[in-house]
Order: sequence, then C-alpha cells, then structure tokens
Amino acid sequence: MNYFPDEVIEHVFDFVTSQKDRNAVSLVCKSWYKIERLSRQSVFIGNCYAISPERVIGRFPGLKSLTLKGKPHFADFNLLPYDWGGWVYPWVEALAKSRVGLEELRLKRMVVSDDCLELLSRSFVNFKSLVLVSCEGFTTDGLAAIAANCRYLRELDLQEIEVDDNRGQWISCFPDSCTSLVSLNFSCLKGEINLTALERLVARSPNLKSLRLNRAVPLDTLQKLLMRAPQLVDLGIGSFVYDPSSEAYIKLKATLVKCKSIRSLSGFLEVVPCCLSAIHPVCQNLTSLNLSYAPGIHGNELIKLIRFCRKLERLWILDSIGDRGLGVVAFTCKELQELRVFPSGVDNAAVTEEGLVAISAGCPKLHSLLYFCQQMTNAALITVAKNNSNFTRFRLCILDREKPDPVTMQPLDEGFGAIVQSCKRLRRLSLSGLLTDQVFLYIGMYAEQLEMLSIAFAGNSDKGMLYVLNGCKKLRKLEIRDSPFGNTALLTDVGKYETMRSLWMSSCEVTLGGCQTLAKKMPRLNVEIINEDDQMEFSLDDRQKVGKMYLYRTLVGPRKDAPDFVWTL
Amino acid sequence: MSPEKVNHLPESDTKLTLGLPGAGGECHRTKAGTKRGFLETVDLNLMSSSNDNKHCEENDAMASSKTPATKAQVVGWPPVRAYRKSAMKGSCKFVKVAVDGAPYLRKVDLEIYHSYQELLSALEDMFSFLTIRNHVNERKIIDNVNGVEYVPTYEDKDGDWMLVGDVPWKMFVESCKRVRLMKSSEAIGLAPRTPAKNSSKS
Repeated sequence: MNYFPDEVIEHVFDFVTSQKDRNAVSLVCKSWYKIERLSRQSVFIGNCYAISPERVIGRFPGLKSLTLKGKPHFADFNLLPYDWGGWVYPWVEALAKSRVGLEELRLKRMVVSDDCLELLSRSFVNFKSLVLVSCEGFTTDGLAAIAANCRYLRELDLQEIEVDDNRGQWISCFPDSCTSLVSLNFSCLKGEINLTALERLVARSPNLKSLRLNRAVPLDTLQKLLMRAPQLVDLGIGSFVYDPSSEAYIKLKATLVKCKSIRSLSGFLEVVPCCLSAIHPVCQNLTSLNLSYAPGIHGNELIKLIRFCRKLERLWILDSIGDRGLGVVAFTCKELQELRVFPSGVDNAAVTEEGLVAISAGCPKLHSLLYFCQQMTNAALITVAKNNSNFTRFRLCILDREKPDPVTMQPLDEGFGAIVQSCKRLRRLSLSGLLTDQVFLYIGMYAEQLEMLSIAFAGNSDKGMLYVLNGCKKLRKLEIRDSPFGNTALLTDVGKYETMRSLWMSSCEVTLGGCQTLAKKMPRLNVEIINEDDQMEFSLDDRQKVGKMYLYRTLVGPRKDAPDFVWTL
Repeated sequence: MSPEKVNHLPESDTKLTLGLPGAGGECHRTKAGTKRGFLETVDLNLMSSSNDNKHCEENDAMASSKTPATKAQVVGWPPVRAYRKSAMKGSCKFVKVAVDGAPYLRKVDLEIYHSYQELLSALEDMFSFLTIRNHVNERKIIDNVNGVEYVPTYEDKDGDWMLVGDVPWKMFVESCKRVRLMKSSEAIGLAPRTPAKNSSKS
C-alpha cells in the first residue's frame, strides 16, 4: 500500500465507516494512522472521562460528528447522586476554541447547561444536528438559543429528558430563514408550546421527515401539521383527545389517509381510546410503534390496533397488553425484530412467561428483547432458547426481586443458561429472578460475544463474578448491584478492567481496602467511591464495605470535576 | 423455601408508582453515622407505618444471606428510568408549604427540584423573611427579623410527620404530601438532628 498516494488511501478509507473498523485501520502502520486520523469525521466516546477533549481534537482535527456518553447506566435508576458528573461544557468549550467545524453532537446521560447550548449555538456555523438522550440541566432558554442561532439546523432530538420548562417561546425563535429541519422531537417537554409558531415552522420545512410532539399539541393542530407535512416518515402524537363525532375527527381521519409515508408512530401521551380507528390506515405500513407512554391505550382497542400492524419490526409497549395481547402480536407481527415490554405499574396487567413463549414461537426474526414480567419459568426460557437463537440483546426483568421459577421453585440458572448457550451472537444480557453462581458458570462458558452484563440481587459467592470475568472475553461493561461479590472476585484479574470500558458495583461485598489495592495496582483506572451518607468520613477502615464503586479505564487520570462525595482512589 | 410475598401496598398508595412509595431506602450494609438509626427511633416513638422497620429487617437479612425476610422497596427497582416513571404517573407534584406563624400557605412543585438544598433555597425565596444558614454540619432555617429557628418537617403518605432530609431526595418527593416549617421550640420529642444531608442526595 506504500505505492499509493495518500489521497488514494484516504479515498479507500472513506468507505470504512464503522468506528471499530477505522480504529483497526489506524493500527496498521504510522502512515495509515495519520491518514485515518486526518480524515476521520465521526468520533464515538463511550465514556467522556476516558479521554480529554483536547486529545480528541488533537488527534481528529477533521471532526464533524461527536458522540459522548457520560454517566454509567445505573444512573438511570437513581443509583447515582445528582451532581456526580458528566458535564459537557468543557467539551463544547474546547471544541469552540479549536478550529473543529462541528456539525453534529449526540449526548447520552450528560449534564447540559443553557450556557453550554448557547455556546454551542454560537460557535459552529455549520452546526446541523443535536441529539440529547437522558440528559439534564437545561431549560427551554437553551433550546431557544439553538433555534435562533443554528442557521442550518437539521435535527433537534430530545429523548427521555426532564427539561425545566420555562414555558418559553423557544419554538418561535427559529428564524423565518430556517427551512432546513429534517427532524424535530420535543415530545418530552412538559410545558405549553406556541402552536402558531409550530405550524409556521412545519410549513416552511419541506424536508421534515420526523416530527414528535408533546402533550401540549392538541388534535386540531396535529391535523394542520399533517396537512403541511404529508411527507412525514416518523410521527409522535402528543394529545389525541377529541369527540369522535366532531368535525376535527373527520378531518383528521381524512388527513391521515394521505400520510402514506409514515413508518414510525409514537406518543399518544393523552388519548381517548375509542377514537383510534383514525390510526388504522397508518398501521399497515408501520415498521415501528411505540405505545409505551400511552397507558390510555389498552385492552381490546390496543389489540385491534396491533392486528393492522403486519409489517412491524419494532414494538415498544406496556405490560397492560397482557399475555393475550402478546399472542396477537405473535400472530400478526411476523417481521418483528425488537420488542420492549415496560411495566405500567398496574399489578394485574403484567405479562408472564406465556407471552414471551408465544412471541418467540411466532416471531422468528426477533433478536432484541426487553421484558418486564410478573414471573418466569426455566421451562419457558428453555423453550424460548429452542425457538429462537438469534438474540443479540436479551434483557429480562422479573418485577419481584429474586423470584424463583414459580412452578418448580428452582432458581432460573438453567433457563438463562439455555439462552446463552443457544444465542451465540448475544451481546447484551440482563438477569433477574433467583439466581445462583451456576448461571454465571454458564455465562462464562457460553456467552462468548457478550459485551454488556447487568446483574442485580444474584449469585452466592465470588465464584460467580469470577466465572464471568474469566469467561467473557469480549466483556466491555459489567454492572452489578446487591450481589455477594467481594474483594477476591474484584482483585483476581486486575488486568481485565483495562480491556473493559467500566465496572459498577454497588451494595456488594467489596471493601475500601480491596478498592484501594486495585487502584494502586492499576494506575490507568479511575476507581471512584461514591459516598452518599458521609460514611467514609467517619471511618477510613479498610474493612468497611463500599456502598458504590464505579471504575473505568482512562488515559487522563482522575477527573478534576469530581464533587466532594466522590473519592477517586 | 418460598420467599415472602412482595410487600404489596394498599391501592391508594400504589396508583402508577413504580417502586418507591415512600418507604425503605438503599440497603446500606454499614451502620456508621446512620440516618437509618434515627429514622428507626422516630418511627418507633411515633408508631408510624412499619415500612421503614421492614426495611431495617431486610438490611440485616441481606447482610447475612441471600434469603430476604421481607421484600421492602429499594432504590432503583424495578429498573425503570426516572423519566419514564414520572411520565407515567403525571408530571408534577405540588405540595402545600406552611410556616408556623405565617398567615398563608404556599405551594411548590417538588418535581422541579433535584435536591434538598434546591428546595430550601426556593423556600427561602418564597418566604422572604427566612434565611438558610449553613453551619458546619447542618442547615438551619432562621427568621431574619426575630431570630426564631425553624425545623423543616413533612407529612408522608402514611400521615406521619417526618424530619426533612433523612431519606434520599427522590424518595422524599414520592412520599411527601405537605411541608411544614415548624418552630424549633415546638419540635421537642424529636431525636437530636443527625448531620444534615448535603445536596448530593439522589
């Protein structure tokens, strides 16, 4: 390859898009490293504390798209104190100072302030795309800055965010000259929205493909928006409440029939179930349906809707669908690839192993599952494993912690064992129910492609964790809570953690002494002890058990923004 | 060998709550400097609901073996994102705030704050005659004009009056029905205040 001029090699590299592949390419030789780094446009940083913004900018000056993840996964479940970290301001500041022509920023579990959004909006002329997932720290003022200043904005996508809503006029801040929007998602905003401004914005956005509204957008506005944007591919409905005999309903029905491009539907944050027949014409083309925020849709109305969705590939639903409803899904949705069943909080609505078995039998293409259920049996899991060996993601959450197989009263080791043995491409696994060390033996033995494992209230001894650390060669993220794994498990193979992104252990048996030993041996890990009750201040006893430990590999040492209650050993 | 039945809550408490109806908390193994101990004391004295006591039993049970005696609620279970939980149960939590001696009550939306510090600051703004003084280990609420000290208390879902600050913030939001700033002089009979939580409470 030395015979080719750099431009040719660079051109070849243009076809290498996945970050993994580009990382591999950069390791071949110095010349390739250089060509690759100068031409790399898209960078993914799985842990914002593993590297500094300056080093990323230094290596990839041509950076256009940056993806950053901050807090560990268990932060989603309130296991991490509020101001632990994950501030993105330093990144935006560093990028602004440099000559990087940032166009896209995608953040997950990070803290984003209004100042940061303001700086972002003013610093990059070609900024096009902002995607925030499970982030916090900003208000609609920040959104107003993005709307006002990003002249070529294509995408503004807010997912699962609790925004401190100022009921501001942020949507009016898009200038009349802004006609470039392709994707706008503000479904998670709680406050009111200027409906006229919204209508005018949609009217002047001919490229708009994805529009997700919040609950403040009433039905008649929805109808007007759909009239303006019949080309929509992805629609998130806010409020779907009206009188079925009204003119508004008739108008909407007619309008929806014209929206032949809609492939993805979500929302229904407020809904009157009897009026869903207007949606039926849209259902036959749907590949993605998310009703997991629509507790108002259930029972027969829900099942009627599902029966129209023959092309569905992705379904997110509440457990109010019941086993019977899942049976209808299994019968109807033969193209289904991803299923997520969330808890609705209503006890008698939950699903059981029956629903899952039906799905595994009826949906041969299913490979991604998140399933909150009332109970599970080994027999069912073994059947699922037999029916379907395609799973890449298998997350099972039995709501009752440590619940055994209700038929045999046995732990669920054999069931999960069957899953990992059958599904050779399994990359992500979450366990629940009563589990002994045996399940970890199976995981270590069979789950060769496993990258992420979530453990809660499981196992008997250090052996469990050791089976996993020894066996799962591709493990990147391990998160454990309330399980009896201690120092022996933690310290047996300390080198392993440099091959992983991170390890979380909370309410386990590791002690302060164990963590300190690990930190001493592995200087390229940050071992953080997160300390909520001021326990550690009173006693620096090595034998004291650690409440929460989060460790991750890093090239830049202990972070300087750690709050008082985080102790980096 | 069957584990105890899940601690089902009465209908009125459950609604669409996912997981944290105001009792229990993280199962800490150690008991150093414990807020849990204080809570226990108060509960026993005031004969409040048994939820917190069950949690303490579970604490011991978990420390010894894997067989739980009773299943109290714990933080973060079931593993559902906070956003989803609040979207399902409604978007705001307004509670009345009364200050002893003030002629009228105020209302605050607990959902918009993330910590006790934020809440107390908001109360300071609302009741302008109050100041929060940060001492070494404690926050005190004091009337600027006459120096009267207040203790923040709240009524929880079980109808009991509790000291603000003992449970993790999110748990407090779930279980709080109303807030009362009680004059310190009237707060006799409550155990001595343990060191105040800092704003890191999640």
